Amino acid sequence: MSRLLDVTDLRVAFTRRGRPDMRAVDGVSFWLDEGETVGLVGESGSGKSVTSLAVMGLLPRRGVRVGGRVDLQGRSLLELSPNQMRDLRGPELAMVFQDPLSSLNPVLTIGLQVTEVLRRHRGLRGDAARKEATRLLDRVGIPDPSRRIREYPHQLSGGMRQRALIAMAVACRPRLLIADEPTTALDVTIQAQILELLRELVTEQGTALVLITHDLGVVAGLCDRVNVMYGGRIVEQADRRTLFAEPRHPYTGGLLASIPRLDSAGDVPLTPIPGSPTDLLAWEIGCAFAPRCQRRLDECQTRAPELSDEGVRRLRCHNPLPLRQESTSAPTATEVAR
Amino acid sequence: MADSDPEATAGGGSAGGAAVDGGVAVAEKPAPAPGPAEVGQSLGREAFRRLRRNPVAIGGAVLVLLFVLVAILAPLLAPYDPVDQILKDQIRPGSFPGPSHEHWLGSDSLGRDELSRILFGARQSLLVGVLATTVGFAVGLLLGTLAGAFGGWVDNLVMRVVDILLSVPSLLLAISIAALLGQRLISVTLAVGVAQVPIFARLLRGTMLAERESDYVLAARSLGIRRRSIVLSHVLPNSLSPVLVQGTLSLATAIVDVAALSFLGLSGADPDVPEWGRMLAESQTFLSTAPRLAFLPCTAIVIAALGFTLLGESLREALDPKLRR
Repeated sequence: MSRLLDVTDLRVAFTRRGRPDMRAVDGVSFWLDEGETVGLVGESGSGKSVTSLAVMGLLPRRGVRVGGRVDLQGRSLLELSPNQMRDLRGPELAMVFQDPLSSLNPVLTIGLQVTEVLRRHRGLRGDAARKEATRLLDRVGIPDPSRRIREYPHQLSGGMRQRALIAMAVACRPRLLIADEPTTALDVTIQAQILELLRELVTEQGTALVLITHDLGVVAGLCDRVNVMYGGRIVEQADRRTLFAEPRHPYTGGLLASIPRLDSAGDVPLTPIPGSPTDLLAWEIGCAFAPRCQRRLDECQTRAPELSDEGVRRLRCHNPLPLRQESTSAPTATEVAR
Repeated sequence: MADSDPEATAGGGSAGGAAVDGGVAVAEKPAPAPGPAEVGQSLGREAFRRLRRNPVAIGGAVLVLLFVLVAILAPLLAPYDPVDQILKDQIRPGSFPGPSHEHWLGSDSLGRDELSRILFGARQSLLVGVLATTVGFAVGLLLGTLAGAFGGWVDNLVMRVVDILLSVPSLLLAISIAALLGQRLISVTLAVGVAQVPIFARLLRGTMLAERESDYVLAARSLGIRRRSIVLSHVLPNSLSPVLVQGTLSLATAIVDVAALSFLGLSGADPDVPEWGRMLAESQTFLSTAPRLAFLPCTAIVIAALGFTLLGESLREALDPKLRR
C-alpha cells in the first residue's frame, strides 16, 4: 500500500500577547497508508484535535503558527493557498466532529446541507442532487431518508445527526477522513453502531481514517496503528496488537488500566491516572508526564526523553514499563499502574 | 405583522439558501410523499407555536392588530371627516365641546372631531414608522452583513461609520436630517430610519461574528464550502433572529420618534393631516382647559408602541436558543 499522509515534525503554537507562545502540538510525526485506520489517542489538551485541524487547514490564520510538514500524496498541504486547500476539503480530506447537534446548521434541512456538499464538489443539481442525498442518507443507515431529508437537525436523534454528518463527510469519497471523537456525544449503544458504520464506509470506499479519541476501547476495535499523545507530543507509537499486548509508556499503561473490565471482580475500583493533564512539565525541562508518572526517575524531571525507534514501536520514555519476557511475573497493565 | 414575523425567520433561512445558488430551490420543494405534520418543522414555525401560547404575545399581537386595522380602515371607522371643522360654531376661546353622544371624544381646538383625528392619525404613524424601520433594517442588514462577513478592514471601516452615527443621539440625528431635507414626509422617514441603522448593523455584526465561530461553520468549512455560501446560507440565517426581534422593538421606537419629530414641528408639510405628535403639540396651549387633547394622542402613541414592544419581547423569548431544545 502506498503512503497517503505523512505528517513530519508538525508544530502548532498559539501566540499570546506579552507571554510566550502556547505550544499545542510540539513536533508530532505520524503517517498513514491508503485505506489504513490510525488512532490518535490522548486526553483533552494533548493536542490531538489541534493536530487534525492543522492537517485539514482549518486553524485560524491569526494568532497561530504552524510549522513542520504535512504531505498528502506528495502535496505539501501547509504550502497550499487557502483556496487550494478549500478545494481539497471534501473530495480529498473530510472530517467528522464530536458534537453532531452543533455541527449541523439548525436553520437548514438535512437535505439542503447534504446537497450543498454535492453541489459544491460533484456538480450535482436539483433532482440528481436530491436523489444522491437520499441515497447517501440511506447508506449511512438513516431510515426513511426521503422524509428525513426535509427535516431539521433538531428533529433527529443524536445518532441520526452523526450519521447525517458522516454522510456529508463521505459524500465525495475522500481519501482521508478524520473523525474527531465521533462517538463522545452519543449513547453507548449508538457508539458501537457509529463505529461500525465508519469501519464499513472506510472499507467500502478505501478511505483512510484518522480516529481521534481518548477511549482506547474504541481504538482496539478499529485501528491498525495507534499514536498516543501527551502534552502535544507523541509518546508511544505502535500497531494495535503490540500496544495492547505490551504497553511500554507508563501513560499508555495507565490509559489501559483505567478501562473498566468485565472480567474483573465487581469490587475492584477503576485505576485512574493520578493528577490531571494540566499538571504539565514543559518538554524543554523534562518529560511532560513526569508529574503524574509512577515510574518517574530523577532524570525525567531534568531531561526530556527522545522518541526512540524500537523496531515494533516508537517510544518516548526514560523508564518504560518492562517487556513481558523480562519479568516472569508478567505484570499486566493493571498491576503495573497500581 | 403579528403573524408574519415568526414566519419570516423560516422564510429568511431558506431565502438565504436560495440566494446562494438556484439549485437549492429544487431541494426545497417537498417530495410528493405526504408525511406527518411534524415533518419539516423549522425553528421559525416552532417559535410561532410558542408565541401563540404566550399571553403576552397575544396581548401584543392584539394591540398591533388593532393599530394596523384602525390605520387601514380609518375612513370606514371614523364617524366624521378628520379635517372638517364640524364644530366650529361651538368653539369659545379657551373652551371646546367635550365628549358627547355625537362626538365621543369631543372636538379639538379648531372644532374637528377628535375621535376621527385619532383614528386617522394611526395611518401616518404606521406608514412612517414601518417605512422608517424598513429603511433602518435594510441598511443595517447590509452594513452588518458586510462587517460580519468580511471582518478585517471592511469591518473596521463600517463599524467606525456606525460608531459615529451611534455617538449622535438618535433624535438629534433625526432632527438634523429632517432639517436638512426639509419639511417633507420622506425626510422624517429617512431621519428616523437612519437613526436606527446603527442598532441593526451592530447587532447583526455581533451575532454574525459569534456564529462564524460556531461548530456548524467549522463543519461546513471542513467540507470545502465556499465563503460566500457559508456567509449567506449558514451564518446569516442563524444571525437573523435577534435582528428580527429588534425590528419589532424598533417599530415601537420609530412610532414614538415620528411622533416626537412632528411634536417638534418636523413632519409632513400638510398641517391638516392628522398626526398624533402634532396633535400633542397643538394641545399644549390648552393643557389646563382641555387636558384630554393631550391625553388622547398620548394614549394612542403608548398603545401602538406597547403593542410592538410586547410582541417584540415575546418574540425574543420564543426565538431564544436556550429554550429551543
